[in-house]
Order: sequence, then structure tokens, then C-alpha cells
Amino acid sequence: MCLAVPGKILDISGSDTSRTGTVSFGGVGKEACLAFVPEAKVGDYVLVHAGFAISVVDEAEAAQTLEYFRQIGELGELEDKP
Amino acid sequence: MKFVDEYRDQAKADSLAQAIARITTKPWSIMEVCGGQTHSIVKYGIDELLPKHITLLHGPGCPVCVTPLELIDKALQIAARPEVIFCSFGDMLRVPGSGGDLFSVKAKGADVRIVYSPLDALKIARDNPGRQVVFFAVGFETTAPANAMAVFQAQAQKIPNFSVLVSHVLVPPAIEAILSAPDNRTQGFLAAGHVCTVMGFEEYLPLARKYHVPIVVTGFEPVDILQGILMCVEQLEQGRAEVENQYARSVQREGNRPAQQLMAKVFRVVARKWRGVGEIPSSGYSLREEFAAYDAEARFGVTGYHVDEDSECIAGQVLRGVRKPQECPAFGTRCTPERPLGATMVSGEGACAAYYQYRRHQQTSQTSLTAGKRS
Amino acid sequence: MADKSDLPFTISCPVPIADQDFVTLAHGGGGRMMHNLLERIVIPAFGNQPLESRHDGAVMKIDKGRLAFTTDSYVVHPLFFPGGDIGTLAVTGTVNDLAMCGARPLCLSAGFILEEGLPIATLERVVASMARTAKAAKVNIVTGDTKVVDRGKGDGLFVNTAGIGVVEHDLVIAPTSVRSGDAILLSGDVGRHGVAIMAVREGLQFQTTIETDCAPLADPVLALLAAGIDVHCLRDLTRGGLATTLIEIAESSRLHVDIRERDIAVEENVCGACEILGLDPLYLANEGRFVAFVPAAQADRALQILRSHPVSATAARIGAVSESPAALVTLQSRIGTKRILDMHSGEQLPRIC
Repeated sequence: MCLAVPGKILDISGSDTSRTGTVSFGGVGKEACLAFVPEAKVGDYVLVHAGFAISVVDEAEAAQTLEYFRQIGELGELEDKP
Repeated sequence: MKFVDEYRDQAKADSLAQAIARITTKPWSIMEVCGGQTHSIVKYGIDELLPKHITLLHGPGCPVCVTPLELIDKALQIAARPEVIFCSFGDMLRVPGSGGDLFSVKAKGADVRIVYSPLDALKIARDNPGRQVVFFAVGFETTAPANAMAVFQAQAQKIPNFSVLVSHVLVPPAIEAILSAPDNRTQGFLAAGHVCTVMGFEEYLPLARKYHVPIVVTGFEPVDILQGILMCVEQLEQGRAEVENQYARSVQREGNRPAQQLMAKVFRVVARKWRGVGEIPSSGYSLREEFAAYDAEARFGVTGYHVDEDSECIAGQVLRGVRKPQECPAFGTRCTPERPLGATMVSGEGACAAYYQYRRHQQTSQTSLTAGKRS
Repeated sequence: MADKSDLPFTISCPVPIADQDFVTLAHGGGGRMMHNLLERIVIPAFGNQPLESRHDGAVMKIDKGRLAFTTDSYVVHPLFFPGGDIGTLAVTGTVNDLAMCGARPLCLSAGFILEEGLPIATLERVVASMARTAKAAKVNIVTGDTKVVDRGKGDGLFVNTAGIGVVEHDLVIAPTSVRSGDAILLSGDVGRHGVAIMAVREGLQFQTTIETDCAPLADPVLALLAAGIDVHCLRDLTRGGLATTLIEIAESSRLHVDIRERDIAVEENVCGACEILGLDPLYLANEGRFVAFVPAAQADRALQILRSHPVSATAARIGAVSESPAALVTLQSRIGTKRILDMHSGEQLPRIC
């Protein structure tokens, strides 16, 4: 399904299935359950769906994708995919 | 907003659109499975950016739309009980059952509440020990971890007055149902990025091989969708049929293991009826025996319903991408978002509703238009 | 006087409030209890000569010009929300409707329908809000009415306000005056009120409070008129938001409205809230924002004037009117594609799909 929004973890408390944190979405803070992202740390971006973080945004991958866009924009021809 | 705005950028969208145009030499039909992707495609007019050869088909990716009429009727039955606080995602409120929807049941005095998360429903149960709190657990695999956690915590915290009405559906069986149909038109898929965030994409490999179709795991922003289409067209032009991952910033091959583990603990795979399509084997979730006490259908004795769909409705064909909404004789006349005949008009994510909101004016004459009329 | 609706209310009268803490049917009976309610709470708060004459109606002198007259009822739930309450809305909404006619708001009436069991303290808070808002909008609440209904027959408190204003110019400000070629100006960022209400009503608590944008709009409107801007149409963006307002104007005027998404400002925290809830800010209610349709040649000057007033300091040009396709609103999306904006069938609900 669909609506998952990226937000930045501001703080974390609890552990295992009761691990929660405050996630900031464009400045709006909302509590989210972090039980499914045990590796997430304060400062990480997570995708939150229905009050649950379902992944940690891989910033390196994101940067690579954006770089790829820049390249195809510049060169105007198809590059190898990242 | 970070990780959002960059993927709604015009320059990037244009570059991708041009790249797609450069490599497309033949007509191709590509289906996106997820309602959120349909929403984005129609909202941002993505098909306007594509060469004419490329047809986008909108698949059964709206769990709201594919929830069978029987289940809505069960929800209405349960919600009408005075002891029940019925909690649901907003998406389900206006979906009509055989007579009325949750919104109208609420207007008649039922305690129906919109929640953002199933844990909010659990909290309501804790705060209202004298009432029965029922949560309408609708969704694809993306929402299953959240729903599993709510049931898991209900049991762990011994909250007896909580139960869930489960309507979970799975994407890969739906894709297989589409591909195996004799009138299938779909040549490539954009797989749902958030479903795959949870489940990974390994289960799509056998599908790609068996039916020789490229499957690209794709995100939801316009730039993501354009890149997904580019990757899919590239495979089609090159005669490849592999699973690729456009949404690598969120999706890993194995998906989210902790989420999958909890889902496996709480749910088991069952056959499910999809509105407009019919029953698909191994295509949904039900609660496991250990958690059966939290099943609302059993608790409220609302089993054994059967309801027939409207005969005029072609939702099944629309969901499989075989017909387009505008091809339906009832589209925009007898069937509108206010009075939907079937699955694909009931929610904003359904293909028919999405087209109705954004596109139907294009069918009518430019000089004499009023909302609600069409030629 | 309290500035925020969540500060404790203080009354100026040193005599303690009557022994009732809750509204009862007796308060609506026309007898001593109702009299006390008005004397202790309502009249001192609104404090003006016509009201203090305690007559059935207010009579006032108008020198010249035309009269503008409007009414609205306020049934918002919850009664109190971040940055305002039903009282703030009741005054601002009606003042703004007068402003949208190009009128200088003069005075308001206030009708209260109280549900038996409403805490008197709630009524005091609402009345104080109304007094404060009226003062800021430079209007008096000169007449009114109070009724009490049985418990269960009202949602706590309903308010109706009617307003009179004076139109001191000769323009016809209406959708019928909109012309092909007109520029469309938007007075500020959108979506705040809708999100503020949704957050409280659905219990979707954010840790950062988003406040309503509720504000009186007469000042910038009167400034435009005083400067001789040929204002064709004005409309505030209440229920249904910017999109619905523009659709209504396009349909009434049978012209084409085209706007650009990148020129419509939405605050980052409103964006964040809308993303989480799956809401479209273009369809969310605003209580302190308006659009103005002016001849293209006057658009820059009009913007300058709007930007010199705090409530429209971030005014922007968002689009233009043309002949066809008639009666349609189109939006140029952020990625350069065009789509038609249509009305939603009902109110937006939060979604996860």
C-alpha cells in the first residue's frame, strides 16, 4: 500500500516492540513506533506508514539516484543505472 | 521536505521523460499496481509526459477498492452495535456496502472514529474498558506489520476489549492472476514500493521468469514513477524480463525482516475474495489460531455473508487493466464517486475515481462544460 | 485581556459569578437567570452604546453608499482549537464576508444557541474571544439573542452572526465582473485552518501545534479600493479551500481559471501534516486568506498594497483568467503538467492509501 512519508528521528525511547520515537515531518513532530527499524538512530530519516517506521532511508542510495538524474539531464542520453 | 521535494522536481521529470522518449521504439503497456502510484500518475499528469506508444494501465492496487462487499456489510453491522467503538482508516469511511457506508452509520449515531494508526485504536480500547473497540484492518502488506503489532500488543498487554476485522490482501498473487488471464495486456509492471519495503522483492523473481515480464520496484513521487517507467521500457526494448529496484532508498531485496517476523507470528496466508476479480488463492491474511480471540468476525458472529456485485460494473476488467474507465458505459453517469457501482469508483485511489476526478473533462467539448456532465 | 484562548479567563466585574456553573434551561427562559447571564457575561464583554441601551434592536446612521449584509452560522467542533475558537471564527467569518463585498464592516449581531449543560466558563471564554476579535476588526456587536435547548439537542454551542457593512465605492465585486485577462492574486499561504481543526478533531496530535490562520481581512481590501484598484472579484477561502473557491468562480463567470502550483505557498509544517494525513492543502479551509481578481495591468500595484498589510504580507500572483476552456480550473503542476481541478464530493478525510 501507499502513503509512507519520510521524516527525521528526533528522539528514541523504549526497546523491542515498544521502541518509539518522535519523527519530524517538515517541522511537524509525531510519535512513531520504531520496532521494525531497530538499527535506526536519532538523526536518521525513516519512512513512516500508519504510525510505524517501515524502513530507514538509505541516504547513499538516494544521493546516487539524484546524481543519476543530474547525469541524464546533463548528457541528455541514457546512462548505466546505479 | 527532504526526500520528497527532490522527487517532484520539474527538471528531473523532464530529463526522464526525454530519456524515455529516446529509447521507445515500440508500443508497450505497463501496469502500476499500487493505488498510491495511480494517484500520483493522475495528479501529476505523468502520462502526458510519455510518448504515445506507452500505455499506462492501473492495476488492483487499492486495498480499499478490492475489499469485498460482504466485509463492508460486516463492518457496518458491527459498527451499528451500541457497545462498539469502530475504528478505521479514513479511506474506508465512504466505501458503500449493500446499504450505506460507515459515514452514514456514524450519522445515525454509531461511534465510528477515524484513526491514523492501529495503535491509536488499541489506546482507545485501553481508555474505554467498558466498550468493545474494533479496528478495520484493511491493507496490503505495507500495513500488515502495523496491524500485526496492534494484535500482538493487545495480547501481550491483555487487552480483552479489542478486536480486528481483517481484510488484508497480497500483491504477488494479484499480479499472477492478471498475468495468467487469457486477455492480459500487461507487458511490464511497476511493483509497489512500500509493499516491497516490507516484503522485499524476491517473490517477484519467479513471476518475472515464468511470464517473461519486467518488474521494477518503484516509488511514489512523479520522478520515481518516471524512472521506474524508464527502467521498465529499457528492459522491454532489450527483451529482458528481470526484477529491478528503482526505490533503492527504501527497498532492500529481503525487505524488512523484523516486520516479516511479526507478521508471520500473527497472520497466516489464506484465500481471499477480491472485489471485482473474485477469489484468488493464497492472496490474503487471516489471524493465526493463537490470536483468533482477536478476530472481530468470530467475536461478533458476522460470518457467512454473501453479496452480489452490480452486473453493469466492469471493475474487474478495469482492475486487470483490460478496459479503461472511460470505456465503461456507466462511467460518469450512473456510476460516480457519490454513487459508485463498484470497486474502482469507491475510493479516490481506484482507477475510475482517479479518472473521474482529474480526467473526465477531456472527453467533453471544450466550450460547454459543467461539472457532472459528459458527452 | 488574554491573547491566547488557552490562558485563564478573567472578568473585570468583581462580583462573583452566579452560583450556576452550567447553562440550564432557565437561562433561556427570559427571566432573572437569563438577564444575569447577559448582564454579567455578554454585555460587559461587548461593551458598546447600542448594546448597552438593551433595546430589541440597534439603530444607526449611514451617511452615504450602499449597504452590505451577510450572515453565517458557526457550528465548528471542537469549540476550541489552536489559535482560535468558535467565537473568533464567528466574528472573523462574518467580517470577512463583508470585506469580500468590498464593504467596510460596521457592526454585527450575535445569536447564541446554548445546549443545556454547557459550562458557563466555556461561554465566557467564547464571548471574550468575540469581544477581542471584534475590537481588532474594529466592529461592534450591537445586538443579539440567546436561546437554550435541551441537553442533546445542540453541540454545546452554536453561534450565528449577521453583519452590516458600508460599500463606499461603485464597483460590482462579484464573479460576473471577472474578465478574461484578469490576474489572480492569493493573499497568503494556505491550509493552516483545515489542518489545525483536523488535528484536534481526529485526535491526530502533532507535537508541533499548527494554528489556524483566522484573521480579519477588511484592511487590505479597503486599501485596494482606496488606491483605486479596479477589483473585479474577491472571495475568502473557507470551506473547500482555494480549489473549491476558484471552481465556483470559474463556473459562475463561465471563464477559465489557470493557476500555478509553484506559486501557491504552503508552510512547511502544514506540508508535513498534509503529507502524513494524505490531505491536499488546496482543498483545506482557511479563515484568513482570500483571492482577488484584478486587471492584469494593476496586478503589481495591487500586490504592493496587499504586501504592506500583515495579514497579506506574502501575497502572490498565482494565475490568470482566460476565455476557454470555459468554466474550468486548471492547475500547472510542479512538474510542468496540467490537470483539471474538480470539486471533491465531500470533505477530505485523512487516508493511508
